[in-house]
Amino acid sequence: MITDPMLRLNEELVNRIRAHGVECYPHECCGALLGRDAESVREVLDLLPLENRHGASPRNRFTILPDDFRHAEKVARERGLDPVGWYHSHPDHPALPSEFDRAHAWPWYSYVIVSVEQRQPGQVTSWRLAEDRARFMPERMEIAARTRV
Amino acid sequence: MPVKVLIPTPLRPFAEKQECIQFDARTVGEALDLLTGRYGELRKHLYGDDGRLRNFVNVYVNDEDIRSLQKDKTPLKEGDIISIIPSIAGGNFLV
Ligand SMILES: [Zn+2]
Repeated sequence: MITDPMLRLNEELVNRIRAHGVECYPHECCGALLGRDAESVREVLDLLPLENRHGASPRNRFTILPDDFRHAEKVARERGLDPVGWYHSHPDHPALPSEFDRAHAWPWYSYVIVSVEQRQPGQVTSWRLAEDRARFMPERMEIAARTRV
Repeated sequence: MPVKVLIPTPLRPFAEKQECIQFDARTVGEALDLLTGRYGELRKHLYGDDGRLRNFVNVYVNDEDIRSLQKDKTPLKEGDIISIIPSIAGGNFLV
């Protein structure tokens, strides 16, 4: 078990997550983090924005259904990557995982949350579910300023 | 019946990193019991406290969701492929 997980991504990707959150406001946005996982470092190299399929309550819930999940895996593979996590927005709420997030989380994946307050993008955080499912552990983010070539 | 169970990436750390495991099972329920019998840590991620499959855990036989078949009683035939496919869900603090 990794005790101090770390997620590496660049500024451009973080800004795309923020922009997606703003675009969907006041609904929650969601998408896949595509990248590579090496036990010590997990790197996000691309994003796949997805449709929030929670029809009833998209302002405070998001759902990625199996068809979209499989689509994300396929797209990742075509780009030589894997889904290493998922992102979603918290409209008018802080970038902290809710109890609902924890209850529905899978282990292993990185869960990135962006806060969007009054249509303004705010803090971006990342989390991993503890193996006993009891809580989310914060994941350090290393954000590179330069876009990868 | 020899059938295969495909393990999704987030659960592989609990199943010796395997992508695909073969079992001898007559129903989906039996295959999942054999899987969680061998890898007990998978149980809490697949099943809730009520002992039922979590609602964000989807089980397919070949390309069919077992919810539209006979759920855990769905019979298997030789060579069937059982896939565990995640839904990703979450939300905000508002109830
Ligand atoms: Zn959330």
